[in-house]
Amino acid sequence: MAQAAIELIGINKSFGAVRANRDINLEIARGTIHGIVGENGAGKSTLMSILYGFYQADSGEIRVGGQPASIKTPNDAIALGIGMVHQHFMLVDNFSVLENVILGAESDALLKKSIAKARSELERLEREYGLEVDPDAIIEELPVGLQQRVEILKALYRGAEILILDEPTGVLTPAEADHLFRILRQLKDQGKTVVLITHKLREIMAITDTVSVMRQGTMVATRETAKTTVEELAELMVGRRVLLRVEKGEAEAGGVKLAVKNLTVKDTRGVTMVDDISFDISAGEIVGIAGVAGNGQSELLEAISGIRRAVSGSVMLDGKPIDLTGAADPGELRDRGLAHVPEDRHHVGLVLAFEENENSILGYHDDPRYLKGPFLNIDAIRNDAKDKIAKYDIRPADCRLKTANFSGGNQQKIVLAREMEQDPGVLIVGQPTRGVDVGAIEFIHKRLIAMRDQGKAVLVVSVELDEIRSLSDRILVMFAGRIVGERGPEATEGELGLLMAGVEQQEAAQ
Amino acid sequence: MSTPYAKLPAWADYGLIPLINLFVAFVVAGFVVLLVGENPLRAAVILVEGAFGKGTGIAFTLFYATTFIFTGLSVAVAAHCGLFNIGTEGQAYIAGLGIAIVCLSFDSTLPWWLTFPLAIVAAAVVGALWALIPAYLQAKRGSHIVITTIMFNFIAASIMVYLLVGPLKPAASQAPQTRNFLAGAELPKLNWIIELFGAKIRSAPLNISFLLALAMAFLVWLLIWRTKLGYEMRTYGHSPKAARYAGISETRIIITAMMISGALAGMMALNPVMGDQHNVAIDFVSGAGFVGIAVALMGRLHPVGIVLAAILFGMLYQGGAELAFEMPAISRDMIVIIQGLVILFAGALEHMFRPYIQALFASFSPRSVGMEAVKGKGV
Repeated sequence: MAQAAIELIGINKSFGAVRANRDINLEIARGTIHGIVGENGAGKSTLMSILYGFYQADSGEIRVGGQPASIKTPNDAIALGIGMVHQHFMLVDNFSVLENVILGAESDALLKKSIAKARSELERLEREYGLEVDPDAIIEELPVGLQQRVEILKALYRGAEILILDEPTGVLTPAEADHLFRILRQLKDQGKTVVLITHKLREIMAITDTVSVMRQGTMVATRETAKTTVEELAELMVGRRVLLRVEKGEAEAGGVKLAVKNLTVKDTRGVTMVDDISFDISAGEIVGIAGVAGNGQSELLEAISGIRRAVSGSVMLDGKPIDLTGAADPGELRDRGLAHVPEDRHHVGLVLAFEENENSILGYHDDPRYLKGPFLNIDAIRNDAKDKIAKYDIRPADCRLKTANFSGGNQQKIVLAREMEQDPGVLIVGQPTRGVDVGAIEFIHKRLIAMRDQGKAVLVVSVELDEIRSLSDRILVMFAGRIVGERGPEATEGELGLLMAGVEQQEAAQ
Repeated sequence: MSTPYAKLPAWADYGLIPLINLFVAFVVAGFVVLLVGENPLRAAVILVEGAFGKGTGIAFTLFYATTFIFTGLSVAVAAHCGLFNIGTEGQAYIAGLGIAIVCLSFDSTLPWWLTFPLAIVAAAVVGALWALIPAYLQAKRGSHIVITTIMFNFIAASIMVYLLVGPLKPAASQAPQTRNFLAGAELPKLNWIIELFGAKIRSAPLNISFLLALAMAFLVWLLIWRTKLGYEMRTYGHSPKAARYAGISETRIIITAMMISGALAGMMALNPVMGDQHNVAIDFVSGAGFVGIAVALMGRLHPVGIVLAAILFGMLYQGGAELAFEMPAISRDMIVIIQGLVILFAGALEHMFRPYIQALFASFSPRSVGMEAVKGKGV
């Protein structure tokens, strides 16, 4: 067995009263791809931040290449050959690739020499690992997949032998992800060590050699990838058996509930984000919108729910028009039976500083059930919240607890409970399970299908292709603000992936 | 990511931490007193005795506190809606105009208990209208409320100076103030309440507007935590996006909150004008609006906290005056330094000791800080 590239021994880290990492032991072999999986809040990011010098461990030891190491800042980590590719890129958008690569590693007061050196170094890296990027391209003009490549180049340029990638495929199309995996394999073949943090078990199975599972701040297991299964990993992550596929019957679609015609929406900068889109949703079906993040899905959701004003287009709800270009506001739409679970539950769907029961009426606070004249009917609100907590198994079952203190999955359940329990005719859901742990995903998917079976029209927007494929009765693919294709649930991932990447329909069919 | 620090029990959050902050402020202030060559312990005794030692002291302390309760509530109402109303000073000042009109018109014909309600309405309406303009500009034009309310303080001051040296000044007078009000616009004193407890009071300005201030504190609590309007204000204050999502009109909520804030600021003027001086004079607000910011912050934007913080600042005003009198080395400016230290530690640095106290609580009893609920640093 190869020598360990990194050894973590007895790592502990607390934030105030919260123990984010407890007694973590981990050994990562040199020249392998090592996956770390776990639910949100399991402590993966904290552990990697300790390794990269963002945080200091309260106790424990880090060894790099067999030598005890003291990593106090990211610079220490870089000096030890550890590089990190963050989930959110740390690039200067209006700099060129070269300028970004040398940023912070300039060798001279004048840039000329550094740039020349970086240029030849980049050419070498390109040859060795297939990391082609035009060194003079401006970052903001590059697609996300290439931006990520620049992040990897940055780390390699600084001499990284160990590369940590935090949720690297969240923003990529399937094809881009495949390309990334090819690069990672090449890095491995050249003797580099790769640590991959992800919550997508499929990726773990596809690319890693070894996988470690974290749960509630502890390292619960390490397995050789070849000798484990997705089911076992899911069970280790959650601590109980999990259904990964959603079981559902055939859709019994009824009449059209929501008809969107020629909808065009611009963002705050005036850029057209939704470009002349038309589609229908019928009662009793789930329509999924797939697409890489940033192709207009968010703006579409905001427009349909009345949060963002549309530029043009007409929308009919239950056969009656809604004026999305003018007067329609979210309150009016809610009254007409359109419920919305927004993508961003932290800033839009919830007020984190509120008690749970206060959030359970957000948007419905005009409802006479929750009011006594101008006053809030506190008893009614709290009893109502308690009912929802019981029905949706929201934990902890305390309607007076501050919402920020609930986990991501439970926060999402608070929003879903609020919107579903109003018995809307149309439910539109953005990223139903983003940042939600595996156990809660199962619950949320079942609920959405139950809504469908009750004859509601459900629109789901998600960047998780698996989720779209397993929930939807019809799949619409969005690219650059347009719907570029409609497919049934049997569509293959490759087919959808090509559409998501903007490859023309005809080409995809070939 | 969740917050790195779990919550504390309410008594520690609202009681222990402010007390520790206050204690530190006084320790540092003690060093300042030491520096000018006086005994800090004796200074502290004089300060506290001056404020609470005699009936007259208590009455003065509560008189000042009345003013600060109004301005503190005014700042707090706006703050719950996410608006930083620095214009409390100007709103209170210009409200003096409303009071002057009511009092000068009716003080010879109506008894005080009819003039008073009219004056309350006049003060509230003028204060609210003065807040309406910056609120409208913020809601419709995006002009930042901090900038506009500061500018409106200057405009209010200029208008009042013009009126008090011109139209409102009696012809023969050389003082820039209105004529003195007659009995029909003088508020009854509350000194008898303190005398019930056996204390003697020579003359002190504590008056019935103290009770109005307490009533307003209760109404503000009711508004913020028990009404639909308060719920909407808090939603907007915490997250404008969530408010938009919930169908709350941004324009309406900003204007409503600022007008309520302005009305409370305006009512502050009743206390010195009708309760004490019985005229409207130049600069009668004298910074109480800005003290209101400190009071609101120190009171954690909660009416109970605001009443307590207002009494503390009333104590600093009254006790400070006594201290400056008893210890000539300690000038009036020194008192301002002490007040500044209280504001620094209780307002600006209010979270300085929080992590230590939380760690302490966590080590004693993890449950009490909500350990089970918090999932920790997430991905």
